Amino acid sequence: MTRRRLVTALLVLAVLALVALPLALGGGDAEYAGTDAQAAAAVEESGYTPWFESVFPPSSSEVESGLFALQAAIGGGVLGYVLGRLRGRRATERAREDGRP
Amino acid sequence: MHIAEGFLPAPHAIGWTVAAAPFVVHGARAVVKEVREHPESTLLLGAAGAFTFVLSAIKLPSITGSSSHPTGTGAGAVLFRPPVMALLGTVVLLFQALLLAHGGLTTLGANAFAFAVVGPWAGYGAYRLARALGAGLLPGVFVALALADLATYVTTSLQLALAFPDAAGGFAGAVVKFLGVFALTQVPLALAEGLLGVLLFRVLTTSARPELERLGLLPAVPAEERG
Repeated sequence: MTRRRLVTALLVLAVLALVALPLALGGGDAEYAGTDAQAAAAVEESGYTPWFESVFPPSSSEVESGLFALQAAIGGGVLGYVLGRLRGRRATERAREDGRP
Repeated sequence: MHIAEGFLPAPHAIGWTVAAAPFVVHGARAVVKEVREHPESTLLLGAAGAFTFVLSAIKLPSITGSSSHPTGTGAGAVLFRPPVMALLGTVVLLFQALLLAHGGLTTLGANAFAFAVVGPWAGYGAYRLARALGAGLLPGVFVALALADLATYVTTSLQLALAFPDAAGGFAGAVVKFLGVFALTQVPLALAEGLLGVLLFRVLTTSARPELERLGLLPAVPAEERG
């Protein structure tokens, strides 16, 4: 069980390192612009103008980041609910098996 | 991988919508069939949808000094085969196009083709290949999620290059240009996504073992032999 925990911790650390190392190595001078926006800028450079506007553009970057947070929260909430239920179900099954003679 | 609203010429927008539509319709039928025949799958279907919902909302910094988001479509593709993700992925894109002004309705077809069709199929293909070569479930999950992520961004690059060939370098020049924006940035994020997938499936192998056995991801073990 402890080995299992160690592997879990190492996996989490590796994910964090993959995301945090660029920040540390970049020295803070990189802007970390979104690639989607960079691609859009590259397209506009070629003289193209978009022909359709978003139906509901968030009114400020604060509102936009709030909506992104909402999306992550909904996803995280549902994922946590499912994993919690599955874990609870397994615990119940184990308890029932142990209860049998 | 989100091509912004209005950023594809109309013929391309229509073409990709026509190309993606049958996959999404087939995916919707696959979801309905799965829920009807196996109601116990509903929980895991929710987990697959939620996983891609979270991951595609989070933009992460990368070594190239730009940032991008993972896709999370490989998990559902491994669990339920890719058609299911054609629907779930498109729902995510629709949510982002309507509420977040991220992606768009005119580019929904192209984005769905990259995110909800090519990504899941590439990930599923990589998973099947890895398992056929003798890899276990978790290494298979790792390559599936990493490749679904990368393949999505490569597809977006090709779609943009097709619509906007370079003045000097033509289509090939544009491919290099858009891959330069997307592909390298995505490599560490794809690796991180692969590891997150391994974490998820480590939980599922203990908590959702009966489901994984029924879906053929783990060999079925008779109850009396279980430790």
